[in-house]
Amino acid sequence: MKKRAGLSWLWFAIGIIYFFLPLVATFLFSLRGKKGVLSFVAYQHVFADPLFLKSFGFSLEMAILTVLVGLALIVPTAIWAHLKVPKARAVIEFFALLPFVIPPIILAFGLIRSYSSGPFSLVTSPVLLVAGYVIIAFPYIYRSVDAGLRAMDLRGLTEAAQSLGASWGTLLFRVVLPNLRTALLSAVFLTLAIVIGELTLAVLLAWPAFGPYMALMGRNLAYEPAALAILSFAMTWGAIALIQLLTRSGKDKEKGANLGAGAH
Amino acid sequence: MTAQLERKAAAPGSGRESAGLPGPHAASPRRDKRKEGLAWLGLLPFFLFVFAFMILPAASIFTGSFQDAEGHFTFRNIVNLFKPNILGSYLITVKVSATTAALGGVLGFLIAYAISLGGLPKPLRSFMSTFSGVASNFAGVPLAFAFIATLGRMGLLTVFIKTVFGFDLYDKGFSLYGFWGLSLTYTYFQIPLMILIILPALDGMRKEWREASENLGASTIQYWMRVGIPVLLPSLLAAFILLFGNAFGAYATAYALTGGIIDLVPILIGAQIRGNVLHDANLGYALALGMVVIMTASIVLYTWLQKISSKWVKA
Repeated sequence: MKKRAGLSWLWFAIGIIYFFLPLVATFLFSLRGKKGVLSFVAYQHVFADPLFLKSFGFSLEMAILTVLVGLALIVPTAIWAHLKVPKARAVIEFFALLPFVIPPIILAFGLIRSYSSGPFSLVTSPVLLVAGYVIIAFPYIYRSVDAGLRAMDLRGLTEAAQSLGASWGTLLFRVVLPNLRTALLSAVFLTLAIVIGELTLAVLLAWPAFGPYMALMGRNLAYEPAALAILSFAMTWGAIALIQLLTRSGKDKEKGANLGAGAH
Repeated sequence: MTAQLERKAAAPGSGRESAGLPGPHAASPRRDKRKEGLAWLGLLPFFLFVFAFMILPAASIFTGSFQDAEGHFTFRNIVNLFKPNILGSYLITVKVSATTAALGGVLGFLIAYAISLGGLPKPLRSFMSTFSGVASNFAGVPLAFAFIATLGRMGLLTVFIKTVFGFDLYDKGFSLYGFWGLSLTYTYFQIPLMILIILPALDGMRKEWREASENLGASTIQYWMRVGIPVLLPSLLAAFILLFGNAFGAYATAYALTGGIIDLVPILIGAQIRGNVLHDANLGYALALGMVVIMTASIVLYTWLQKISSKWVKA
């Protein structure tokens, strides 16, 4: 098959051009903040803007809350389903497909309609935002954890630990979770990457988050948005590269399967 | 704790069983069923959460679509979906989604082919798949900014083409904020997504098939027409559908890019949430329902095709 590598190089080159041309152009564009010379002045402006740190801080906070709530909800559920109710896994898989059917724009609409009045008026509370983020992140977290659980012999480990007298707590924290380390870290980084730049829920629920801040910059300025784009690309790259590094060193077969289709 | 005790008691060699006597904890079928029923309770927090923040909101959109402003049952919202401006909005969204799914699908497939079966050096593959993980997540506002800096009116590529080739894209009718601008931007996250989806299917193509067909005298084209494409077809269609839905639901990129010049369905829904632009909230729900119906049809088709393709390709 070696003889056909020529055409392969062409497709590869087209891919590289499509992927990197906008990045290179954006980077060069971001250096033009000062007339006539290339400089990092646009980046200085970005970091000097108090709203930048404030909105980024807000989004980071929401992202961390999402990770905590998401893990607390989904990890025990996935473990319990694996151990005790294997039948439930199909049901959970089905729910993991639903966020595709109900994209963030629909989710936001529904959340507002359901929780803007009556006894559960949550629309002005960050609880609703975090809850929405957990729903968006849930398929990523679940698939990551599920893959991690399938890669280990959960039943065997459980029985071994329990026959040695381990309690459920010991089992969870000293046996299962350490074995899930890679899967959990992947889930955490992916969730952080998705939530920090998220726009749809934040804009429609009217929160001063990083996504809406970036969009606002785009309406008013020229070079700073390019700098922001480069910064968030670097951030996404950092998160994903870390995940790939982790999954490759851990021997998960499922690498990459969990990536893709974030909050567009 | 009881589960643990029971399992110990039921372990082989615990004496009683081997003597053929039923132990006190030997599980009867009915007991097993009740235990499983109780085990479902452990999943209750999760199901409650999903119900409250996913099912309930979706259901409220559904009920809202069949109500008028006073809350009475009506089909009028559904009928109003077929008004020219709303229908046009659906058509342009379908067009953007299908175009970017096709463009991203074809390019993504060719690149995935190149790095898997195409005989390129191994490191290029891991580089490309890592990069695809990043690029498929690099979407929304930053992606829009990147394309403005590249293909906007003052974008580097636009200016470059103008100064070097004397060809003004914008004079010739191109606009980043128009159909093709939007489609090129979406394609940026569609290609890497395609690569990630289709790589496992390509990896599942067995060398023996190729060798067998070559031994029987098949040309490359014959191999692909008679073996490769038919085997891959379900996977390819499934991937296309996933890309289609991915573009159809996209809001952030369009929001940052068009500022409402192209009335994509998500943009219209967003505008409706932010202010009553349709002058009819319930029409907004119907608009959202239409989108959910399209997405549901996509995912059902996708799941079905995946089932077919898993017969052939052992990923």
